[in-house]
Amino acid sequence: MIRAQALTHSYDKGTTLVLDDVSVELQRGCVTGLIGPNGAGKSTLLSAMARLLVPDSGQVLLDDIDVLRAPAKEVARRLAVLRQDARVTARLTVVDLVRFGRFPHSQGRLTAHDHEVVQQCLDQVGMDAFRDRYLDELSGGQRQRAFVAMVLAQETEFVLLDEPLNNLDMEHAGATMQLLRRAADELGRTVIVVLHDVNVAAAFCDVIVGMRQGCVVAEGPARQVISAEGLRRVFALDIPVHEIDGRPVALHWAIGAADQV
Amino acid sequence: MSASVLSRGTADSGEATEPATPHRSPVEARRWRRVTVTLLVLVGLCAAACAAYLVFNVRGNWTYAMNLRGRQLGALVVVGVAVGVSSLVFQTVSGSRILTPGVMGFDALYAFIQTVIVFTLGAGTLQLLGVVEQFLLNAVLLAAFGMLLFRWLFRAHSRNLFVLVLVGIVLGGLFSSLSSFASRLLSPDDYLTLQAVLFASFTTVDLDLLLACAVVTVVSCLVLWPLLRRLDVIDLGRDRATSLGVDHHKVVTRVLLVVTVLVATSTALVGPMVFLGLLIANLARQLVPTHEHRVLAVGAALVGVLALVLGQFVVLHGLGLSVPLSVVINLVGGLYFLVLLVKAVRL
Repeated sequence: MIRAQALTHSYDKGTTLVLDDVSVELQRGCVTGLIGPNGAGKSTLLSAMARLLVPDSGQVLLDDIDVLRAPAKEVARRLAVLRQDARVTARLTVVDLVRFGRFPHSQGRLTAHDHEVVQQCLDQVGMDAFRDRYLDELSGGQRQRAFVAMVLAQETEFVLLDEPLNNLDMEHAGATMQLLRRAADELGRTVIVVLHDVNVAAAFCDVIVGMRQGCVVAEGPARQVISAEGLRRVFALDIPVHEIDGRPVALHWAIGAADQV
Repeated sequence: MSASVLSRGTADSGEATEPATPHRSPVEARRWRRVTVTLLVLVGLCAAACAAYLVFNVRGNWTYAMNLRGRQLGALVVVGVAVGVSSLVFQTVSGSRILTPGVMGFDALYAFIQTVIVFTLGAGTLQLLGVVEQFLLNAVLLAAFGMLLFRWLFRAHSRNLFVLVLVGIVLGGLFSSLSSFASRLLSPDDYLTLQAVLFASFTTVDLDLLLACAVVTVVSCLVLWPLLRRLDVIDLGRDRATSLGVDHHKVVTRVLLVVTVLVATSTALVGPMVFLGLLIANLARQLVPTHEHRVLAVGAALVGVLALVLGQFVVLHGLGLSVPLSVVINLVGGLYFLVLLVKAVRL
């Protein structure tokens, strides 16, 4: 389980509060979606959980260990994170990048097992055909998949992703979410993912955490949060939610039209 | 201790290539062959250049010529390795291919510290110290100031490359001006001492200083070697390195410390050469297309040696010493720097 306790963080020397006393506890083996409007603090919360950012106060516990105090190597074997920024200065091929995912386990000296894992992850994201291409020769979506493969190759219990569907077309967005779903169901991984699209969250997540202005305003099973009432709390908008094939579907593109009527 | 680290490292990489090969696709295997061949060619060229430098057109007393040329060659090799390796790792740590210690005004800082030392202690005290002790004193001071400077720079402007370039150039100018200001306040005796220390050229090399610099360079490289694998990860950026369990701050601090020592070494031997490192490091990255710093560092050291030995050879025999090597290198390197800047702007 991963637990954030009373996280508070602000930018610009305390003038902009982005995390306001946030406490959440996320259960093992679940896919948890983080949703909320722009600037709600989703990415900041994810970064703090992944020790990429030192919060002003509060702490993050991975089972019993404090992510900021524990040895970096040990945390890296249990928690992997993928942020939005896909720029790399180094000139790497796809397979080079995915091999970096094994660094916490092998410190750069890859064993036969490491190579196997790398190959599996390449296959899983469908990037094996591009393994020897340089990252700067790929489209945004292909690069994104290569990064997802790297994070999977880290084989950590906890996988944190910040908008991994950016740049992905429908086919690959769906495939990526299914991949994360399988990682949770079959391998018992705990996946925490910042999502832009509430319907994707509703379709693939067990638990959804909705944030607004630095606070957690909704937390619970997908069905409960993706409801007219839940979405109003998170986005402060009246979004009609229908049920299609047993899943809640929010018609968020219809908001403007509804206002005009 | 460091020797055992080195041998362990090489033994491991030797083992790792065996099981690794089946996992390489033909394309990757071809790329690795190209890297290996390039490195071997570079080794051959370096050996040929060094031999040519020693024996070309020797007239008169061979013992004298070998002694003189041997010392010159020693200095060229030490500086080539120090500048090549330090610039390469500095580029990685700064996350940019345009920034090198020279561009960031580091050589100028060294000259400034030298001037301040002469100014405060006076030539008399310095002469009591001896060349090697002076070098060590300078190196320690440079390392201390350099670390302060880099830490401040990377914290304040961690994002904007062009701000960093600008700051570096302004700092370089500032330190040079301060040095020339302080040197005007010196007594003529002190001034001469300073000139002798600052603008030691490749043609006159103090043997003791050369040996000290060689030892420092070798030790620095041994300290750096085990950090190079982690530097591969640092090259992915701060967040990814953290995610992969590499303590970014710790590795960067250590690498920068080694860089300051290496820069002190090369500057002590031949004086400031602003664009040399930029030229060598980028050339090495182009010639040796890999992200592995163990290979890149070897490549950069070889390219550094080759560039300096060949350059000095041409200056000696082609230009008849009419133009100093540092001028040629700054001309070529400066143009290359402009090309890189224009390219970066287009991106």
